[in-house]
Amino acid sequence: MSRENMNASDHPVLTVRGLTVRLPEDADRDFAVEDVSFEVGPGEIVCVVGESGSGKSVTAHTVMGLIPRKDLTPVAGEVMLQGEELLTKSETELRSLRGERMAMIFQEPMTALNPVMKVGDQIAEMLEIHSSMSAQARNDRVLEVMRDVSLPEPEQLFHSFPHQLSGGQRQRIMIAMALALEPGLLIADEPTTALDVTTQAQILELVKDIQRRHGTGVMFITHDFGVVAEIADRVIVMQHGKVVEQGTADDVIGKPQHPYTKMLMASVPSLTPPVREAVDRERPALSARNLNKTYGSGGWFKRGREVHAAQNVELVVHRGETLGVVGESGSGKSTVARCIVRLIDPTAGEIMIAGNNIAGLGEKALRPYRRDVQIVFQDPYRSLNPRRTVGQSIVEGPMNFGLSKEDALVRARDLMNVVGLSSDALERFPHQFSGGQRQRICIARALAMEPKVLIADEAVSALDVSVQAQVLELLDDVRKRFDLAMLFITHDLRVAAQVCDRIMVMQRGLVVEQGPTAQVYASPSHDYTRSLLAAAPGRHTTFGAAPAAG
Amino acid sequence: MIGYIFKRILATVPVMGVVALFVFLMLRLSPGDPAAVIAGDYATAEDIIRIREQLGLNEPIFVQFVTWIGSLAQGDLGISIFTNLPVTTLIAQRLEPTISLTITTLLFTIVVAVPLGTLAAWKSGSLIDRFVMLFSVGGFSIPVFVLGYILIYFLSMELRWLPVQGYKSIFDGVGPFLRHMILPTMTLSVIFIALVSRMTRASVMEVLQEDYIRTARAKGQSEFKVLLRHALRNAAVPIVTVIGLGIALLIGGVVVTESVYNIPGLGRLVLDAVLKRDYPIIQGLILMFSFVYILINLLIDLSYCFFDPRIRY
Repeated sequence: MSRENMNASDHPVLTVRGLTVRLPEDADRDFAVEDVSFEVGPGEIVCVVGESGSGKSVTAHTVMGLIPRKDLTPVAGEVMLQGEELLTKSETELRSLRGERMAMIFQEPMTALNPVMKVGDQIAEMLEIHSSMSAQARNDRVLEVMRDVSLPEPEQLFHSFPHQLSGGQRQRIMIAMALALEPGLLIADEPTTALDVTTQAQILELVKDIQRRHGTGVMFITHDFGVVAEIADRVIVMQHGKVVEQGTADDVIGKPQHPYTKMLMASVPSLTPPVREAVDRERPALSARNLNKTYGSGGWFKRGREVHAAQNVELVVHRGETLGVVGESGSGKSTVARCIVRLIDPTAGEIMIAGNNIAGLGEKALRPYRRDVQIVFQDPYRSLNPRRTVGQSIVEGPMNFGLSKEDALVRARDLMNVVGLSSDALERFPHQFSGGQRQRICIARALAMEPKVLIADEAVSALDVSVQAQVLELLDDVRKRFDLAMLFITHDLRVAAQVCDRIMVMQRGLVVEQGPTAQVYASPSHDYTRSLLAAAPGRHTTFGAAPAAG
Repeated sequence: MIGYIFKRILATVPVMGVVALFVFLMLRLSPGDPAAVIAGDYATAEDIIRIREQLGLNEPIFVQFVTWIGSLAQGDLGISIFTNLPVTTLIAQRLEPTISLTITTLLFTIVVAVPLGTLAAWKSGSLIDRFVMLFSVGGFSIPVFVLGYILIYFLSMELRWLPVQGYKSIFDGVGPFLRHMILPTMTLSVIFIALVSRMTRASVMEVLQEDYIRTARAKGQSEFKVLLRHALRNAAVPIVTVIGLGIALLIGGVVVTESVYNIPGLGRLVLDAVLKRDYPIIQGLILMFSFVYILINLLIDLSYCFFDPRIRY
C-alpha cells in the first residue's frame, strides 16, 4: 500500500481490512463487497472509483453503519476509525460516532436535505445531537461553518429552506453540516454528480481546501475519472465488489495495470473532438427560427413572473448531421428539444420539419409529423412502461400510424439486431434489462417510427462510462445507417466532443455560441463557453493508455 | 396568501348556490304534492292546505326559489313543521353535543392512529405492523352500531365502568362529560382510526425511503427523532388530507352513534326529521353540513402551507 502522503507518525483515519459483506439470498451474487482493504490517512483524499454495482457505496455505507446489518451483513474483515473497530459496535455506539467523528455527504443535495426544515436548523441539529452547546452557541457555530464553506450572507441563508437555494449552495450546506463537528473522516458519495460543471469545479475546490485546512481524511466516491484526476491523492478501483487496483493518483491514471482500469480509462471520452466526415449541408431536416418559450404565471391580482426558457433560438440540422446542444441546467436546452418534438408548445417562432412549419399546428394537423421527430430521454428506467413488454412498447408507435401488428413486429425484430439485442428481448419486460440495454430499447423504439430527426436528450448521462461509450457508438451508427438528423442534448462536454458535428452553447435561454465542434473547443468565442471548458474536470489529464479518441 | 383565502371563500358561493338549488328542488321534484308528502298518511285536507301555505307552495316555483334564497341570505332556514320552532334555533340547541363528539373523536383518532401508523411503518413487516393492519381491516368491517352495542354490553352492563347512554354538557363538569363521551368516542373513532393509521403507515413508509432520512441517520440522530422530526412532518400532507375527508365519514357515523347512545345532538335531529319528514330541518342540516365541509377543506388546504414550506398560494 502506498503511504507517500502520510508521515510516519500519522495513523490512518480509516482502515478497512478484508471487508466482506454478504448480500441477501435472492441477489445475483453472494457478496456486495469481498475482501476489500484500503486506508485513508489524515489530510488525504482517497477516490473510490467504479461503475454502478461495484460495491463502492456499500463500502461507504458499511463504514458509516447506515445499512441494516440484517440485509447486508459484514461477515469478515475489520473497519477501524481512528483505531476503533466499528463492526462490533452497537447501534447506539455507532450513532454517537456518526456526525461527530465521521460524516457523509451525498449525491443529490436537494433530496438529501429535509425539505420542510430550515437549512440553518439542519446544520444546528448536528450540534444539538452531539454537543451540550446552548442554542445561541449553536447558532454562532452554524454561521461560522456556513462562512467556512463560503456561503454568501449566512444570516439570511440560515432561515432559508432547501428549495430556495441553488444546487451548489445546497451541497455547501451539506458540507457545512458534515464539518460542523470537525470529523476526522469525511465520506463523499458522488457529491458532484448531480451538479453543473462550473458548480462541480467549485465544490471540488472547496473539498480540497477544507481537507487541506482541517486535515480531514476524505473518502471520495465517484464514477468520473475527470473528477478523480482533479482531486485524488490515491485511487482505489472497484469492480464487482472487489478492489482490482489501488495506488497513487498519478500511477493509476497514468499507468493503469488492471485490464478493467484500462478499459474504464479508455472509455472516458476525450475533450479533443475527432475529425469527422464532412456533412452534405444542402439537406436540412430540421430548422428552427426565432424559437421562443416563455413561462408565465399570471394571477388575478398581480402580474406573474415571466421566465424566458428559450429566446430567439435559431438552429438547422441536416440529414446525417449531429448538432450538439450544451449548457448547464436551466440553460433551456431541454426546452428547445421539447418544443421541437412539440411536447410543449413554443410561445413564438417557426419549427420547420421537411419544409413545413409545425410550430403552431393543432394536435390533429400535427399528427402526421409526429413520426418524423423522435426523442430518447435521459432515464431509461422511467421512460419505458414497466407493465408492457419491450415488444408492445416498440410496436405501439408504428401501429398507431397504420402498420399491421405482424409488420410492426418484423420491424421490431430487425431493430433489435440493429441496437445489438437479440429478438427474443421483445417478449421480456423492461426490468429484466440493464440500464444500457434499456437505453438501446428506447433507441429502437424511436427508430421504429422511421423518423427523420432523432433527439437524444441527455440520453447517455445516466449510464456508466463503459456502457456510455457503447451507446454513443450505437447512436453514431444509426445516424449514419438511417441518414438521421440528430439533435444531441448534453451537459457533458466530453460526450459532446465525440459525437457532434456542430455545437450550440446555451445559457439562460439564449444561444451564446454556435459553430463546428473542433472550432468551438479549440477557440471558444464566448466567455461562458470558455468557463464551461475550463470547468471540465480532468481537462489537463490524459487518461492512461487511452488512445487519442476518434 | 390573503388573496388566496379571499378567492377560496368567494369560490364557496357558487358551490353553496348549487347545494341550495339541490336542496330546494329535493322537495319540489319529489313525486306528488309536497304538502301531502310532508303531511304524511294520516293528514286531513286542512293539514295539507296549512302546510302548503306555510311553505308558500302556491306561488310559482321561481318566486318560491327567490323568496327562499332571500331568507337564506338573512340566515333564516325556515320553520320546523312539527315543532313550529325556527330551524336555526333547533340546530343551535343540538350543536354542542355533536361538536363535542366530533372533537373528542378527532383528537382520540389522531392521538391513536398517527403513532400507530408511524410505528407500523417504522417496523414494517413486523408483528406490530401486522397487528395494526389487522386492526385496520377489522375497523373498516365492523358496523358502527354493532360495535356500539358490543362496547355497551361489556363496558357498561357487565363491568359497569361507564354509563350506558346519555350526554352531560362539559359546562356541568369535565368528569361526567368525559365519562359519557368515552364510549361514543371509541365507537365512532374505530373506523376513523383504521383509515388514518393506514394512511399514516403508507405515507411514513414512503418518506422513510427518502434521502434526507439517511442524512438524519448519518448525523447520528436517534430513530425516535428521525421519525418525529424528519419523517412525520414530511408525511403530514396526505395524513391531514385523509383526516379532513374523514370528517365527511364522521357525519354519517354521528347519526348512528348518537342514536345508539341517545345523545341529543344533530345526528338525532337528522334522524327525527327524516322519520317525520320535517323538510325544513332536513334542508337546513344539509346546507349546514355542506358549508362545514367546504370550510374544512379550505382549512386543510391552508394547513399544507404550515407543513410544507414549498407550498405557497
